[in-house]
Amino acid sequence: MTEFASGSLTGKNLHLSFGHNHVLRGIDLHVEKGTTASVIGPSGSGKSTLLRVMNRLIEPDQGDILLDGRSVLKDNPDELRQRIGMVFQQFNLFPHKTVAENVTLALRKLRKLPKDQARAEALEQLDLVGLKHKADVRPANLSGGQQQRVAIARALAMKPEVMFFDEATSALDPELVKGVLALMTDLAKGGMTMVVVTHEMGFSRNVSDTVTFMDAGVVVESGPPEQIFTAPATDRLKGFLSDVL
Amino acid sequence: MDLLDQLADTFFNWEEMAKVIPSLLSVGLPNTLILAVASGILGSLLGLLLAMMGISRNAGARWVARIYTDIFRGLPAILVILVIGIGLSPIAREITGSRNPYPLGILALTLIAAAYIGEIFRSGIQSVEKGQLEASRALGFSYGSSMRLVVVPQGIRRVLPALVNQFISLLKDSSLVFMLGLAASDREIFRIGNDAMANTGNLSPLVAAGVLYLILTVPLTHFVNFIDNRLRTGRPEKKEPDDAAAPIGKGAQA
Repeated sequence: MTEFASGSLTGKNLHLSFGHNHVLRGIDLHVEKGTTASVIGPSGSGKSTLLRVMNRLIEPDQGDILLDGRSVLKDNPDELRQRIGMVFQQFNLFPHKTVAENVTLALRKLRKLPKDQARAEALEQLDLVGLKHKADVRPANLSGGQQQRVAIARALAMKPEVMFFDEATSALDPELVKGVLALMTDLAKGGMTMVVVTHEMGFSRNVSDTVTFMDAGVVVESGPPEQIFTAPATDRLKGFLSDVL
Repeated sequence: MDLLDQLADTFFNWEEMAKVIPSLLSVGLPNTLILAVASGILGSLLGLLLAMMGISRNAGARWVARIYTDIFRGLPAILVILVIGIGLSPIAREITGSRNPYPLGILALTLIAAAYIGEIFRSGIQSVEKGQLEASRALGFSYGSSMRLVVVPQGIRRVLPALVNQFISLLKDSSLVFMLGLAASDREIFRIGNDAMANTGNLSPLVAAGVLYLILTVPLTHFVNFIDNRLRTGRPEKKEPDDAAAPIGKGAQA
C-alpha cells in the first residue's frame, strides 16, 4: 500500500443532545497518527453519532476536536471533511454516476484536478481496491462488497489524513465481509489513521491498536485490544462481550 | 340522408378538414408549441426554485413556496389566464408596445405550471436517501454543492415521468389562451379549429384539431412509459464520446 498523509485525531469531552436526548455525554477519544482505534458497543450507544460529530457533520454542543494537535472547530467544516474520509454502512455511492465518476467528482470539483488527471487518479485508487475493470459501470451493477470497496476508494482519493468507518461491513452478505475487512486491514497496516465503528470483534481484536467500548453515550472502557477482550474491568463490557462473542 | 351519414358528415367531413389543415399546421401548431414550450421551460425553472424554497431550512422561504403553491394549484387555469391576461394587459402594452397576448398567456401558464412542477420536484428531491447528502458532505462538499451535484439530479431523474405528464397537461391548457382574444396569425390549434367550426357549422375542423393534439400528446405519453422503464431497469452501458474515440489512449492506460 502507498504512504498515507496520516495525522492524529483527538476528541475531547464531546457532548451532543438531540432535544432531551443526551446522545454523547463527554466522550474522549484519541487516535495516534498511523494507528487504528475501533469503537464497539451496543446499538444506540452513540458510536455512529460520535463519528459524525468528529468530522462535524453534526456540530458538537460542547468539547473540542483536534487534528494533528490543532483544534479544528473554528475551521470551515467543509474543508475539515476533505481531510477526513468516511465510509458508511449503506455505501452511499452516487447511483446516477459511474464508479469512476463517483471517485472523480470530489477530485474535480473540490481538488480542481483536470479531467484526465482526476480519471487517472481515480483508476489508480480503483486499482488499489481491485475494481479498476468496473470503472465505467454504475454502482447498481456491483455487489455490496464491491460497492463498499468503491466507497473506500472514493474516500481515499481525497488523500485524507484520517479515515472513518461506520459499520462498514454490517450491510454486507457474510461471504462479502472478508474482502472489505481485508482491505481495511491493509489500510491499517499501511499506516492510515483510522477510527472504525464495528461489530466485527475479530477485526477489533486483531487489527486495531486501541479499543473503545461505548454505552449510553459514555466511554465505559478503553485500552489495547488484549486488555479489553481478555480482561474487561466493568460488568457492562463483560455483559456486552458475552452477548456478542 | 340517414342518421349515420349525418353523423359522419358532422365529425368527419373530409372537405372541411382539408380546408383547415394548412392553417392548423402553419399557424396553430407553431403557436401552440411556442406557448407550451416557453411556459414549460420557464415553469420548470420557477418550479425548481419553488422546490428548493420548499425544502429550505429558512421558514420564510418555505412559507412563500407553500402559499404560492396553494394559490396557483387551487385556482382553475382559465381564471388565472383571464385575470393575468386581462388585468396585466395595460402594463404589458406599456412595456412591449404590442397588443400580442402571448407574453401574458405564457406568464399565466408558467405561474400555473410552476406550482405543479415545484411539487413534483420537491417530492423527487425529498425521496433521495439522506445518506446521499451525508456522503457528499462527508467528501467535503458544501450543502449547496451537494444539493446541486448529488441530490437534485437524482431527485429530478426520479420524477421525469410525472414531469412529462405535466408538460402534456400544459400543452393542452395552452388552448385556454384563446380566451384572451387572438389576432388571426396568433391563433393556436384549438382556436383555429374552433373558428372554422363556427364559420362552417361543421365539427370536423375541431376533430382535426383534436387529432393534431393527439399526435403531439400520445407520443409524449409513450415517452413517459419509456423513461419510466429506463429508470427502473437502468440504461444500457453508455460510453463517453471521447472514450469511444480514443481506444488507443485507453489501451495505453490499462
